[in-house]
Amino acid sequence: MKRYSAFAIAREAASYHEGWEKAWASPEPKARYDVIVVGAGGHGLATAYYLGKNHGVRNVAVIEKGWLGGGNTGRNTTIIRSNYLQDPSAAIFEKARSLYDGLSQDLNYNVMFSPRGCLMLAQSEHEARGWKRTAAANVLQGIDTEYVDAKRVKEIVPIINIDGPRYPVLGALWQKRGGTARHDAVAWGYARACSAMGIDIIQQCEVTAVRQKAGKVTGIETTKGAIDCGKLAIVVAGHSGVLAEMAGFRLPIESVALQALVSEPIKPVIDTVVMANTVHGYMSQSDKGELVIGGGADGFNNYTQRGSFQHVEDTIRALIETFPIISRLKMLRQWGGIVDMTGDRSPILSKTPLGNCFINCGWGTGGFKAIPGSGWAMAELVAKGEPGPLAAEFGLDRFGAGRFVDESVAAGVAH
Amino acid sequence: MLVLTCPCCGAAAEETELAPGGEAHIARVGPGADAEAFEAYLFHRKNPKGVHFERWRHAHGCGKWFHAARNTVTLEVYGTYPAQTPEPPRELLDKIAARVPGFAWEGRA
Ligand SMILES: Cc1cc2nc3c(=O)[nH]c(=O)nc-3n(C[C@H](O)[C@H](O)[C@H](O)COP(=O)(O)OP(=O)(O)OC[C@H]3O[C@@H](n4cnc5c(N)ncnc54)[C@H](O)[C@@H]3O)c2cc1C
Ligand SMILES: [Zn+2]
Repeated sequence: MKRYSAFAIAREAASYHEGWEKAWASPEPKARYDVIVVGAGGHGLATAYYLGKNHGVRNVAVIEKGWLGGGNTGRNTTIIRSNYLQDPSAAIFEKARSLYDGLSQDLNYNVMFSPRGCLMLAQSEHEARGWKRTAAANVLQGIDTEYVDAKRVKEIVPIINIDGPRYPVLGALWQKRGGTARHDAVAWGYARACSAMGIDIIQQCEVTAVRQKAGKVTGIETTKGAIDCGKLAIVVAGHSGVLAEMAGFRLPIESVALQALVSEPIKPVIDTVVMANTVHGYMSQSDKGELVIGGGADGFNNYTQRGSFQHVEDTIRALIETFPIISRLKMLRQWGGIVDMTGDRSPILSKTPLGNCFINCGWGTGGFKAIPGSGWAMAELVAKGEPGPLAAEFGLDRFGAGRFVDESVAAGVAH
Repeated sequence: MLVLTCPCCGAAAEETELAPGGEAHIARVGPGADAEAFEAYLFHRKNPKGVHFERWRHAHGCGKWFHAARNTVTLEVYGTYPAQTPEPPRELLDKIAARVPGFAWEGRA
């Protein structure tokens, strides 16, 4: 792999930039791999990367039915923060956030991580109390957040309307080190780094069956033929239920549509991320100038990557109230992704009823921010066969045991 | 927009009038059931890519619960039927089988 650098640009300029190599190889599948990862979204690619980097497991393939990063990873609104309520969530999300800090250097790929700060508004007494509680929990967890009052909110985001009319802003949970990153670049950066380690990324290859013998996984069947494996990692977000059915078990997961939209590009008006959970909307501004907007998920099962229009209306209504300045903007694009929702709104990183088969899913509406930490923890789980400290509380067994990692209150809105 | 005809009041209800209630026909496990069966009853879901039987409430209408059969890939609605039944009606199952190759009612979860 040729390293990207300022010198490389100068060197390649001498040959009219015709000498750049492909960012990753596109090999045909081998007959067998030590580990097969299903799903080349951020979480699958990061799992493969840390398997290679942290555990020296490099006879690995990542199998993707479409193109890499074309699932939720390439459809999300890229909010990154780690101010969750429960200790296990704070640990894995903060691990991810801190890895994002140095990810561009680590991958030698600019993921455009921009720690521009993330504000979560309090627009009711309950919410204000909730955020104060989270701020206090975050102090104990060693996560840098603070509760700020309405005046400070207005200083941070001058275009915000703090006076209501429906829900005046009372304050906010402010995480200065939260922010955004370029979603495609995260997938591409991990893919390139995986490929450089000799990990095969096989796109346009759909997994159609999971093979097993004596309660253990032995391989998969795909649209490019059968492939054997020692271990299998299922990392397919909205399609987790489909893969679980192939492997012979059920999950506590429902797949629903979540949408986002962007406005026409305008001059810089907002240099942080603002989330308004009570009214269900959030917004940031991309480097291109587009306002990146998201809201709530649909409530019913859906695999179409198209959501209900009334959610777009609700989101826009909420954001126009919060930011009157945007009321005349045209919206450019709108799209959806299929998100994998658990009952406690926390992820699953777990062994499964099938031997040597592991699953990483349930990130639902908020897993982009977790990609590096999730890959780190999943790689450890797959390599060692047992979860490390980051994954330990996110096992499938927590549902039967009633040991939920309850973030449904802490993270009431999609992000 | 999703439109379901409420079998209780007969209204063609738009999505904004309705509240989704998740997978239908989940059989409650008996008092003697083991922990695993209870866990499956509470949490495990079919979440199928295809035909789905589900519960809905006509929340901003007559307020009653009912059942619907829908496709999660094509978003086609096959029909709605009353909540007071442990299984979908035969005609509805036949209609779905005629529309979806390979479809078979698997029975209650
Ligand atoms: C509109 C929207 C906004 C969001 N906003 C945010 C946000 O602001 N912040 C945040 O942190 N998170 C956000 N999220 C959530 C985040 O996008 C996801 O949690 C995360 O991207 C999941 O990554 P993944 O790698 O698990 O899944 P994906 O990126 O979906 O990757 C799974 C891959 O598996 C592949 N696959 C599926 N079935 C098969 C098969 N049979 N064979 C082979 N491959 C298969 C798919 O094609 C896909 O590429 C948002 C999501 C959406 C939809
Ligand atoms: Zn009705």
